[in-house]
Amino acid sequence: MAEVKSAEFKKASGKALRDEKLQHSLEHVMEHFVGARANVIEDDFGDESWEAMRTRAAGIKQSTLEHLDYYLDMVDKSVRRNGGHVYFADDAAQANAIVLDIAKRNGVKTVIKSKSMVSEEMGINHVLEGEGIEPVETDLGEYIIQLAGETPFHIIAPAMHKTRQEVSTLFQEWLKTAPTQDIKRLCVYARDALREKFAVADMGISGANFVVAETGTVCLVTNEGNGRMTTSAPRIHVVLAGMEKIVPAIEDLALFLRLLPRSATGQRITSYNTFASGPRAPSDEDGPEEFHLILVDNGRLNLLRDEVMREALRCIRCGACLNHCPVYRKIGGHAYGWVYSGPIGAIVTPPMTNMKVARDLPYASTLCGTCKDVCPVKIDIPRLLLHLRYKVAEGAIGERSTTWMERLFVGQWHGAMRSRRALEGKANLGRLLTRPFARGGKVRKLPFTPMVSGWTASRDFPAPAPRSFARLWREELAHDNGTELR
Amino acid sequence: MATGGCPPPVATPAPLCYLALVARRRGSPAYSRRSSGRPRTGGRQRGQQSPKFRAALCATCLVDQFYPEVGVAAVKVLRRLGVDVSFPEDQTCCGQIAFNGGFRSHAADVAKHFLDVFENEEQVVVPSGSCASMIKVYYRELFEDDPETLERAQAVGEKTRELSDYIVNVVGTSDVGAASEGLVTYHDACHLLRELRIKEAPRDLIGNVRGVELQEMENPDACCGFGGLFSVKFPEISTAILDEKLKTIAESGAGAVVANDCGCLMHIRGAMERRGMNVRAMHIAELLAEDGTDG
Repeated sequence: MAEVKSAEFKKASGKALRDEKLQHSLEHVMEHFVGARANVIEDDFGDESWEAMRTRAAGIKQSTLEHLDYYLDMVDKSVRRNGGHVYFADDAAQANAIVLDIAKRNGVKTVIKSKSMVSEEMGINHVLEGEGIEPVETDLGEYIIQLAGETPFHIIAPAMHKTRQEVSTLFQEWLKTAPTQDIKRLCVYARDALREKFAVADMGISGANFVVAETGTVCLVTNEGNGRMTTSAPRIHVVLAGMEKIVPAIEDLALFLRLLPRSATGQRITSYNTFASGPRAPSDEDGPEEFHLILVDNGRLNLLRDEVMREALRCIRCGACLNHCPVYRKIGGHAYGWVYSGPIGAIVTPPMTNMKVARDLPYASTLCGTCKDVCPVKIDIPRLLLHLRYKVAEGAIGERSTTWMERLFVGQWHGAMRSRRALEGKANLGRLLTRPFARGGKVRKLPFTPMVSGWTASRDFPAPAPRSFARLWREELAHDNGTELR
Repeated sequence: MATGGCPPPVATPAPLCYLALVARRRGSPAYSRRSSGRPRTGGRQRGQQSPKFRAALCATCLVDQFYPEVGVAAVKVLRRLGVDVSFPEDQTCCGQIAFNGGFRSHAADVAKHFLDVFENEEQVVVPSGSCASMIKVYYRELFEDDPETLERAQAVGEKTRELSDYIVNVVGTSDVGAASEGLVTYHDACHLLRELRIKEAPRDLIGNVRGVELQEMENPDACCGFGGLFSVKFPEISTAILDEKLKTIAESGAGAVVANDCGCLMHIRGAMERRGMNVRAMHIAELLAEDGTDG
């Protein structure tokens, strides 16, 4: 499984903030996505508004999750009926072993991959390389970060942080191409390199945007056509899908294929909607001879079991919450330390990996609520963040991990807020203690207060008012009732 | 100058505002743009009759300890409108800070105290979008497993209103008879906008302050990066988000930024003061309390 580096969140986010080039890319790309989405969600959808579509999509996904056992069984039956094989993998290691087994059995030397976030969770590329099998990412962005040895920066734009110069340098190093600043030229280089791989690959590994239970159809949404090549050119097609990717019926795709590209890239429809329903039939001229669907848990059960967190599994990985998040827009994807970033990463990473290691993520949000408003399946992300914070502060022993300072602060606060008398007592003490550091009603620096010093590094903190409002009320306002104050 | 993504505020065509300004400078009598006939300072007269509206003020802990002038302003505005304002003195805090930190048992204790204090009030008015959201929205979450308290919390939540919402939608006026001068820009506090969906009421109120023109900043609904605990735990990210906000505030050309939440204001003001930015950060109550005599 991909390493979880979420414990480094603070350090990594600071690094991102100081990277001017990165800040420029983030501002530019995020603004583009936000604007593009805004342009297409006001379309005339006939009888149904955007809002109503979101509600219906949330309902379909939620009810599928509530009856996931039933739908998993249906997927299993449908795929087998179509001549494919179905596997259930508990974790990344099991999923990797299944892929490796299929590859070895078939003497596979080269694997082409279309974009799959689950494969990032599994770290499948390293596993294949370790066995002497060459994995090649065929989504342009994924290809770039594969060459760079990095993880995706964004769910749908994995290499958005790379400039054309950086891509040119990578291509010069790996593909021995001439230096160029021309993006079209760079695309041609990548295309040429990838064509060769498409032609020789024995196995194609794809992800799945949707798995249709009724028909056993795997639906891929791509813009480059590489998904279609991956699912049709090689002899063997392996699909990696999170077990939450299921929708009940093919008709449901009519809804999701409208919501997903609009939310993700602001496209009305994506360039390639690919539907793969098993291996080639005797009457087919081409297509893979073998079709394997691996449904992966890898921590998803932790979300499913928790009635509050369950709705996080509705996610269709559009990335809209990232694009609209004030925090993501400043720090980008790598700081989150695992596969998923932004608001959705902050809610799925701790339960799917390790609550203690990823304890900072639920707090890495201002709770501004924009994510919830743009989510096409209406995941109440702020509520789930708060739920995870609750677990970090007061959850099971294995999950709890607040610092002594936080507990001390909350304890003091709790003591003060139990009654007006207690509050006035503590507040008077606070006035006394801050007085030496206050100038003109402001505190610029408080010594020995590590929790506050971060704040005062860039912002003044107000000194407590000489008289609390309660005291002002008691001494002046109360007597004026019924008359206008002067 | 940035014009922002939002439509211009209603009923504030710029020439009229300048007219109002000019009129006031020349010492003309009270200038009323609205034909509603509502007297400009009806509080005194109304206060002496039996008041139509009665409201308990929940000052919020920030106002109580750091910004009492906001509470004073809120009382002044409400009384001017003829509201009989009370202040239950045992109030402390709504519990949001502990709730947002995940410390729900501590938050529940303090929230119960809040319910004890305000339960018997007819109406609760809060000069903060996030405290109002805590009470109206998140108490439901906090007391999910405690049906008895949940019922009490829901009852209190229903009679709790954020200040601008209360004035516009309960008292029923968007003209509080305030007068000031200059260009003002408005920052949508996140919880006010996205939890309580209050967007127009504050703009209407600001638009009706004589001598004031509302100049929208770009992305007025963008978070200022405060987030309570967030600003303490991740000061660098918080400041980076705030930088964007300060930029749009400066670009609006306004002399003051108004918001309905002392959290955002503490954050925005704290940085503006540190950087010597010549823009005032005001709570909406402070603007509405001005009657043109404050200088």
